[in-house]
Amino acid sequence: MAVSVSHLKKVYGKARVVDDISFSVNEGEIFGILGPNGAGKTTTVECITGLRRPDAGTIAILGLNPQTDREALHAVVGVQLQSSTFPDKLKVGEILDLYRSFYHNPANPKELAHGLGLSEKLNSYYKTLSGGQKQRLSVALSLIGQPRVAVLDEMTTGLDPQARLDVWELLEKIRDRGTTIILVTHFMEEAQRLCDKVALIDKGRIMALDSPQGLIDEVTGGKQVRFTPSKPFEDTLLTKLPEVKTLEHQGRHIRIVGSGQLVNAIILTLAKHDIEAVDVQMEQATLEDAFVKLTGRHLHQVAEDQAK
Amino acid sequence: MNPSTIKTPRAAFKKLVLNEFRLMKRVPIGLVLGLGLPVMLLIIFGLIPDTGQASKDLGGQSYFAVTFPVLLSLVIMSQSVMMLPRVLVAYRETGFLRRLSTTPAPPAWLLAAQVVVNLVVIVIGSVLLTAVGMLAFHLNAPKDWLGFLVAIILAAASMFAVGLCIAATAPNNGVAQALGGILFFVLLFFGGLWLPRPLMPKVLLDVSNWIPFGAAVGAMQNAMQGAFPTAQSLVCLVASVVIFGYLAVRYFRWE
Repeated sequence: MAVSVSHLKKVYGKARVVDDISFSVNEGEIFGILGPNGAGKTTTVECITGLRRPDAGTIAILGLNPQTDREALHAVVGVQLQSSTFPDKLKVGEILDLYRSFYHNPANPKELAHGLGLSEKLNSYYKTLSGGQKQRLSVALSLIGQPRVAVLDEMTTGLDPQARLDVWELLEKIRDRGTTIILVTHFMEEAQRLCDKVALIDKGRIMALDSPQGLIDEVTGGKQVRFTPSKPFEDTLLTKLPEVKTLEHQGRHIRIVGSGQLVNAIILTLAKHDIEAVDVQMEQATLEDAFVKLTGRHLHQVAEDQAK
Repeated sequence: MNPSTIKTPRAAFKKLVLNEFRLMKRVPIGLVLGLGLPVMLLIIFGLIPDTGQASKDLGGQSYFAVTFPVLLSLVIMSQSVMMLPRVLVAYRETGFLRRLSTTPAPPAWLLAAQVVVNLVVIVIGSVLLTAVGMLAFHLNAPKDWLGFLVAIILAAASMFAVGLCIAATAPNNGVAQALGGILFFVLLFFGGLWLPRPLMPKVLLDVSNWIPFGAAVGAMQNAMQGAFPTAQSLVCLVASVVIFGYLAVRYFRWE
């Protein structure tokens, strides 16, 4: 077990920012912490990385206690923070070189910079970097110590789509080398692509904890298929299939929710009865759908609520 | 390897110091303030006619000799009270310290690195000032070397304590700079840049004696004439190291 958190609580004044959160992350896993802004994600990882002292609960990260084993912890845990900047007049290469000196077995800074598209910026002052470049440097610094666990807070915020894909690829490579990654994000797409397991957090509590697909299936009831049959048939023809959960008529269309090899099962069964399924559409639910089902709100609605 | 036995490479401290030197060179306000200004003032005072003449009002010393310790204290102050808090508060405000606290390098190393680079500037500035004074303007070497050295070291220690205290308590960079700026003029006044200490009315002199900057200037002035710094000035300097040092440690925030 790389990380285990149990009954974590953090209170600011009267606000229970983190309210009894427990989860564990296996070695070599990418674990996503998802939720809207203000859900308590950042506070949770700040407790995990020793930046904040929890009011209650226990945390073990590679068997270390973030409060009492800080130096040892930071030698093996890389952290990327949401907001931190560097002196304007330091060059990218100098910052990488400085952070490299903190570790016994650091990564090759040139390789890392290359993987994050920063090769051409090594000789540039920090001040001259774009927001996305600063963000990528921040990710690079969290990985330069070849950490066994990397904690990344909103690492792709502010990146353009291509840069985001590059960072995702880099993380997958690093995960394949055995690094455990905790990823904080409010990007459902990012979590769906990268994470082995996700914790959906809202208002300081875990709403759901599963693999992305498991979460989607659990919340939305599974896969959805829509088609138009070439001729009418008895509902039971399909509803008796183990893969099918529900069948619904929508005008000429039929909408089926189920699991497993759902499309194959439907088409094969219909074909046996000389029925053709026309205009077959897979409706793949997303984590965003799962979030809406769980909280009754869209992520962007949450952001708007906060703006008020 | 058992993770709890891993120690941060000591080379990291060297890198931190190296980076602080780089930044000081690239943003050379501190160098202007700590090296340029005092030497320039010394030359100006030296060029004014008769400042080198012994004066009865100044207890037989020349105006130039009385002013020299003030400028030496200015070198120390500009680095420790002006530059140090300015840089450290900026590091805290921008999250640089917080980011550092997530690495194996203790953020206290960055504080230490800042003290080191500022100390180096102080040493260079003091040597430069002394060399110009002695070579160009016939300044006599202090008659009590040991007393002079003790005075300088305690002056530096107490003013670094004040600087760290400002760095610890100033909520943001604006406040740190304003505090530094006000202290700059107030301390220089009580140190006797405009009105030499021997000419100060008793009230002013009492205040001067009991603030670290004035006590440091007084201790150096005594040592220049061959007297070991007075017990009172030593007590004042040591007490300010303890008090401001304690406040700095007590209230320092990394974020």
